[in-house]
Amino acid sequence: MILSDSAKLQISQTATRYPKVRSAILPALHVAYEEHGYLSDQMYEEIAQVLGVKFIEVAEAASFYTMFPKAKRGKYLIQVCRNISCALLGSHHLTTYLLDKLNVGLGEITADGLFTVVEAECLGSCTTAPMMQVNAHYYENLTVEKVDRLIEEFRSQK
Amino acid sequence: METKLLSQFVGDPQQHSIERAIEHGAYQAWQKVLKEIAPADLIQIVKDSGLRGRGGAGFPTGMKWGFVPKETLKPKYLCCNADESEPGTCKDRVLLEGDPHAVVEGMMIASYAIDCHTAFFYIRGEYDVGQVRMSKAIDDAYAKGFLGKNILGSGYDLDIVVHRGGGAYICGEETALLSSLEGDKGLARLKPPFPAVEGLYNCPTIINNVETLANLPHIVMKGAQWFAGLGTEKSKGTRIFSVSGHVKNPGNYELELGYSLRDLVYGLAGGILDDKPLKAIIPGGSSTPLLLPDKIDTKLDFESVAAAGSMLGSGAVIVIHEETCIVWVAEILAHFYMHESCGKCTPCRQGTGWMYEILRRIEAGHGKMEDIDTLLDIADNIEGNTICPLGDAAAVPVISTVKLFRDEYVYHIEHGKCKVRSQFRLRVK
Repeated sequence: MILSDSAKLQISQTATRYPKVRSAILPALHVAYEEHGYLSDQMYEEIAQVLGVKFIEVAEAASFYTMFPKAKRGKYLIQVCRNISCALLGSHHLTTYLLDKLNVGLGEITADGLFTVVEAECLGSCTTAPMMQVNAHYYENLTVEKVDRLIEEFRSQK
Repeated sequence: METKLLSQFVGDPQQHSIERAIEHGAYQAWQKVLKEIAPADLIQIVKDSGLRGRGGAGFPTGMKWGFVPKETLKPKYLCCNADESEPGTCKDRVLLEGDPHAVVEGMMIASYAIDCHTAFFYIRGEYDVGQVRMSKAIDDAYAKGFLGKNILGSGYDLDIVVHRGGGAYICGEETALLSSLEGDKGLARLKPPFPAVEGLYNCPTIINNVETLANLPHIVMKGAQWFAGLGTEKSKGTRIFSVSGHVKNPGNYELELGYSLRDLVYGLAGGILDDKPLKAIIPGGSSTPLLLPDKIDTKLDFESVAAAGSMLGSGAVIVIHEETCIVWVAEILAHFYMHESCGKCTPCRQGTGWMYEILRRIEAGHGKMEDIDTLLDIADNIEGNTICPLGDAAAVPVISTVKLFRDEYVYHIEHGKCKVRSQFRLRVK
């Protein structure tokens, strides 16, 4: 058993809000991701059991969306928006700056387990570009100084 | 000058609380609707107002509602489309975070008009603050008796369910949104049947954009004629424009439709960054054709932008200055459509990848002269040959940049490098 009892309870309660139980697959995946920071076949299986749907239905849905990765990532997942409004204001430099600073490749985990840097498509923060999302939070109007400060903060919080 | 109708209170840091929202008039329209207005009359009011969808397509809202069959035993559903993800667009976020009760009230009014008793609020998964604020707003509306059973003694029941997406641009397309809401991969569906007849769980379903819905309380309180007095002959009301890219003051600006693009870019947005010459403007989100500087006096309404050769789309004005390689712009957008293609239709699934690969090759300095026509050929074979508009959208930046900047493509291929190289680096401070 990977998912906690409270996660399973939350999933079964969520399912009651929908006319059809399959609709609760995405909410269930969010619950699992928030608890573990990644998804796995074992979690798909447990979600399927709680909801009374097939394993493949959960796996299919999960594989389609970007927010349910099976790979583990650093404690802080840094997603740099690479789309046009951010790119026009230097987001590609932001990505390379972060990779150099953290001494890590795109999608890898830093040696201390703290950081993973990936690129993301438009995150809806176009008027405050360039931006990055770190776990659930948006950090906007980024500059070198701001990025340095944020990384220090994350490191000190561990 | 901005015309702040929807964004009037978004600057108030407490507007997301129900107490402050009610002080500012929230839920008065909802009470008025429940007491005084029959659903059929409500649909007529919205038709008369001339309100058109703010998601991108600009379809008349009242007419859309009118397609819901009256004589059916099936439940009817409303979905609020908050899957805002068209590159350049962040105007719905302003409302979700800044005035969530206006969106909730809009959902209530639309639900009532189509006789829906369970409405869904579909928000893109990444919008964390928006999701939290909307969920709280909905909970507080239940606590005040504005949602639930027998609302304010009217005999009308309504529940709203918040549903987070999983990160997929395609789910902003209405039929893909429905697939996603049903727990499936976000694959678009062939129309007809249109969702208004056969949508969520095969039941009649209306999908309306956040900003569209937020207009409804104003229309109910001030009347169709008042609303129809804002804007132009065919484009009524205001829109929130997201201005991004190479401008001094990027931001969301709410304007009466028909406002001048020049006044937006050079006035409100402060002009071009570093006072560089303007190269091009994408006026309605990444899926709309570029406009050259000679179109700067275009009026921002559906008809005028169409006459200028583009689309008003989602109202995302992306400004590009002269020191920007246009092949690089096309490559970035092509990567996006390749990444976001749902894979259902072959022309889009394959074509978006081919276009990206060719653009990447040209940008990397290894382009061949025949690549230009190959790009146009692929775009032409995607356009019109897919179930949903993502295919057409992917073709647009390629066709548009080649048409307007063919010389830059030729230079890029001949010299193996950009004609102009963006000097913009991440600011230090």
